[in-house]
Amino acid sequence: MTTLPPPSPRKLGLVIDLDICVGCHACAVACKEWNDGGEFGPLPDKDPYGAEPHGVWFNRVHSYSVEQALPDDVTRELTVHFPRSCLHCETPACVTVCPTGASYKRAEDGIVLVDADQCIGCQLCSWACPYGAREFSEQKGTMQKCTLCVDRIYNETLDEADRQPACVMACPTRARHFGDLGDENSAISQLVAERGGYALMPEFEYKPVNRYLPPRPRRDGCDAKPESREPREATLDQDKLPGALRWLDRALSR
Amino acid sequence: MPHVHLDLNIPTGDEVKTTTCYMCACRCGIRVHLKEGRVRYIDGNPKHPVNRGVICAKGSAGIMQHYSPARLSKPLLRVGERGERKFREIEWDEALALATQWLGDIRARDPDQLAFFTGRDQSQALTGWWAQQFGTINYAAHGGFCSVNMAAAGMYTLGGGFWEFGEPDWDLTKYLMLWGVAEDHDSNPIKLGLGKLKARGAKIVSINPVRTGYGAIADEWVPINPGTDGLLAGAFIHELLRTDRVDLDYLVRYTNAHHLVIRAPGAADDGLIARDLEGNALCAARGLSTSRRPGESRDPAPSALPGEKTLEPGFRRDDEKEGPAYRIVDATAADITPLIVGEYTLADGRSAVPAFQLFAERFMADEYAPDSVVEACGVSAEAIRRLARELAETAFDQAITLPQRWTDTHGREHAEMIGRPVAMHAMRGIAAHSNGFHTCRTLHLLQMLLGAIDTPGSFRYQPPYPKSAPPANRPGNARKSNGALNAGPLGYVHAPEDLIVDADGKPRRIDKAFSWEHPFAAHGMLQNVIANACADDPHRIDTLFLFMANMGWNSAMNTTETRRLLCERDPASGDYRIPHIIYSDAYDSETVAFADLVLPDTTYLERHDCISLLDRPISDADCAADAIRQPVVTPDRDVRPFQDVLLDLGARLGLPGLVDASGAAEYPRGYAQYIVEHERAPGVGLLAGWRGADGAQAGIGAPNPAQLERYAENGCYWHYEIPAAGRYYKMANRDYLDWAKALGFVGSTRPIVLEFYAETLQRFRLAAQGHGAMQPPERDRARVARYFDPLPFWYASLDEIEALSPDKVGGEGWVRGRGSNDDESSKPGVNPAMALSPDSNPVRPPRPVPSPQPSPPSPAMGERERAAYPLCAITQRPMFMYHSWGSQNKWLRQIATRNYLYLHPDTAAANNVDDGDWIWLVSPRGRIRVQAKLHAGTAPETVWTWNAIGKHKGAWKLAANAPENVDGFLLNDLIDESLPARGGEARRANADPVTGQAAWFDLRVRIERDADAQLPGHRIELHPHGTRA
Repeated sequence: MTTLPPPSPRKLGLVIDLDICVGCHACAVACKEWNDGGEFGPLPDKDPYGAEPHGVWFNRVHSYSVEQALPDDVTRELTVHFPRSCLHCETPACVTVCPTGASYKRAEDGIVLVDADQCIGCQLCSWACPYGAREFSEQKGTMQKCTLCVDRIYNETLDEADRQPACVMACPTRARHFGDLGDENSAISQLVAERGGYALMPEFEYKPVNRYLPPRPRRDGCDAKPESREPREATLDQDKLPGALRWLDRALSR
Repeated sequence: MPHVHLDLNIPTGDEVKTTTCYMCACRCGIRVHLKEGRVRYIDGNPKHPVNRGVICAKGSAGIMQHYSPARLSKPLLRVGERGERKFREIEWDEALALATQWLGDIRARDPDQLAFFTGRDQSQALTGWWAQQFGTINYAAHGGFCSVNMAAAGMYTLGGGFWEFGEPDWDLTKYLMLWGVAEDHDSNPIKLGLGKLKARGAKIVSINPVRTGYGAIADEWVPINPGTDGLLAGAFIHELLRTDRVDLDYLVRYTNAHHLVIRAPGAADDGLIARDLEGNALCAARGLSTSRRPGESRDPAPSALPGEKTLEPGFRRDDEKEGPAYRIVDATAADITPLIVGEYTLADGRSAVPAFQLFAERFMADEYAPDSVVEACGVSAEAIRRLARELAETAFDQAITLPQRWTDTHGREHAEMIGRPVAMHAMRGIAAHSNGFHTCRTLHLLQMLLGAIDTPGSFRYQPPYPKSAPPANRPGNARKSNGALNAGPLGYVHAPEDLIVDADGKPRRIDKAFSWEHPFAAHGMLQNVIANACADDPHRIDTLFLFMANMGWNSAMNTTETRRLLCERDPASGDYRIPHIIYSDAYDSETVAFADLVLPDTTYLERHDCISLLDRPISDADCAADAIRQPVVTPDRDVRPFQDVLLDLGARLGLPGLVDASGAAEYPRGYAQYIVEHERAPGVGLLAGWRGADGAQAGIGAPNPAQLERYAENGCYWHYEIPAAGRYYKMANRDYLDWAKALGFVGSTRPIVLEFYAETLQRFRLAAQGHGAMQPPERDRARVARYFDPLPFWYASLDEIEALSPDKVGGEGWVRGRGSNDDESSKPGVNPAMALSPDSNPVRPPRPVPSPQPSPPSPAMGERERAAYPLCAITQRPMFMYHSWGSQNKWLRQIATRNYLYLHPDTAAANNVDDGDWIWLVSPRGRIRVQAKLHAGTAPETVWTWNAIGKHKGAWKLAANAPENVDGFLLNDLIDESLPARGGEARRANADPVTGQAAWFDLRVRIERDADAQLPGHRIELHPHGTRA
């Protein structure tokens, strides 16, 4: 079994804003494209033009209908798009179950990686991960997963602005943010504090690093407040107004 | 244990080239990273004004489009029967010689026998010009079945419009209303904008029968019944008028709402705008002085106004107080105080009323009261009143003031810009109905009432728009001595004289665009070409020349029938009804099977292209922009860019402008040369950037031989900012108009008056009423008179209306929408299982879902049909495939390999359908067997599916048992391209009577159970051609 490094103050991860994710799959495909040709690729596709195409993806987007409870027993129905990838847990079971040390957590930044050269494809990590973040590649016989684009974020051949995960760069609504969640002063830590960002299924106690920002309160008819001031129409007696002629005396300027 | 070998500094590739994406119509800037000559990675160009570095799923999957196994690799000549997919590979010389022979014969005989339709073409500045030089009137791209209602209504109303012509003020708007917007056009700018709005706390309202994508993140979802958006917008207008929450000052400054409309029923000038002898529109104004600034050129002395008359308004007794204080004056004059209601007498004694009064009378009537529209729209009256109130509160109580000086077109300086921070955006859900033109006009008038056109926080124009409404260019309708058309084949008709009709008033174009049946068909009507050609109606064609238009599949209405027609032979001659079909595509699509000659195109990474301001601009509201594509990889197949081929064919045919005086090709180096050297007018070419010999000029300037290099150095785009003082009120902003004129975008700096009242429509109505030299044939008179209403109105779908007996079609009212019949099924309580919880669906009134059972016989056929087909059926494309033609992409198909029919759980329960059941979806055209999936985010009277995921076996190099081929389906099979024959007359297009927009979303269906609901398999069973159930 593989041991975890001592906790690192630096905890790189993603913050994903469920309030603005429109479920467009841009992050998933950008991830697939970067990693297919990158240090951790390829991401093989089985039967790509056939009856059951199925490839390795490090990031998948799901859509759910959920009911949001509002005061007075009112519920609001929401469609929520939910991108799912490795959460780079602080105490990941997928690492501790690994019999070869292929699955490991980096001491310097907390990123969880798989060294394909050491992976024997036993899939224990896949069973251990409650988030379904790991994908087994039949073609390669090894486990593959999100690397937080470790081959981008430190890559000195890229412009500094491009040293971000491919999914973050691609996201058309800018729903995805990358940074150090171990630093409470970092922009993304502050975003989490401001928006009530939460960890996914903390009850498993694997301490995910990634955070999700919940949908903001919606302003629809469910919680429409009574008018704070007298509605304007109430000051007009509709019955006494002669239709369009009400505007006859209006002084307009061109 | 750390990696044994981990290199974190691997370069992405060995070279990066910029170009423009073509995975959809959005046209984002991309960086293509190449490694050893192959594409390694495509990401967004961070500097590009369209996408600012982001990239969508399609864009990233472009790499798999480029390497698709379905790419064509060699010209093909058909050797089997049409549809059999039997071809012989031929050389380009043979292919081009054959095409030249066919086209040359046509040109010598009758150029109109060429029907040239270019699908989702992004080079219409070339293809339209080529058609003009060839001399055929039969040219268009795909707008007729996409969103021409949006475009035409915008152009005839605002001189601009949504999407390519304007956008919400993403930085300042506080309230965005999305009408019928699926995850579609302008995909990345909209997504970037929605993210901004959310971060700023702006409210987003999605009015849409389906809640996916953008609707999912909206604050409020309004699940409206399809085709009733115009009625809902009319109810908003009713509320704004009722509560007097309208920006009347905006209306008189920027629109023609105060212009006087002649009231002379039966006369040739009835409904036209009153004008003086110089043609200036007149209005009634308060006060005795029409003070203008000294030096104003059009400033006659008050007494010199020919139409002037001092008088009182028609029905006002105001003499005891103010005396005769009203005058008839030039409506475009500055510093007047126009009157917007009342009845006035012109100098010659004619009576006239301000356009606004006619508008107010219409929309203040009970028909548009919220309580009257509840049933048809499926939206509660409380929600309508609340939403109208929110619009007004945002526009007026939360108005924006920008401390930005500007100068109006009268030369008056303003210290600040007032903004109405309500923005609207609408798209195909509004457009694809036979009432879409008027619906879109209603939306634009709603925006005008709120003062929310091109102000801070509202909808904003993107240059080169606004242009005059409608723009000046009319469609070409005659050939010059050299055989070329006198103007481009597409344009805007202004009067009956501009129509493309014969001496009897019958259509001349193969698609019947610009005829009395569809006078404003500004984008043509591709969806009707094949059926019309096979019916010799209005005439035969010899060659159908298509470019990336998948008419053998998802781009055709009535797909199965269209596929049959493409193979139909004339019994007399034994020849195919359409003797020649030439098709150019990069991929082995369904339509390839029907071509006689296939010209294989390159992928978008292997060619030059031009995103021209003369075509479909990529500007944003703060800048003009255009762009190019450049080849980033070299083709490894024997394929050629379509535009190069077109120029080559033109030269071989000796078309004017394509050969020089000696007969040699004018552009032997192909499209790249044409882009740089061709001038549409002196100094005006396809690209506006880096013009002039030294590249120092913008907009207008001599051709610059190094222009493409300059674009390539700049990320393949040109971006030219509007001065700060010119960024709002562009229609009447001198700073903007001076800037736009210098770039050649507008011909003059006179203000562009918004067509609140569309006089152009009235000219057609008058013709239908018997006035003028050009009048519609008898068959079209009543229809033109009805639908060419200069003020917008709402009507149920054409199919329903035409099915009704005449007494059911009121002059001013409308045919009531679905659910208004009194049959048992619509009475509350009959189907308790279907009652919706108002809590879960606050804007929708609790009401039963229609039963699938046909109602008792009703005297009106329309009502019977409505009862027999109680559900609306619509489609949309998913974000990861929208407008992404060309292949079934290896990565994107893993997100969805097939589609389902989505329906609300209550609708499913009412029809005894379980999740996953195979059911029959029945329309008057026939029935298709599809698999159902429950979806709570669907309006209960609507069913829907993802479009164009279903494919036909044999295409796209997909395995025969691919789910796309086996389980996927098109709704198109249930949608007729023509309305049923009525009264023994030839059938009319299933399209908007104003614009010819394909009415895809007017489809009505019912659900029938299949005895073996678990047995998989899609099937199609249709009634014979031209008949319905």
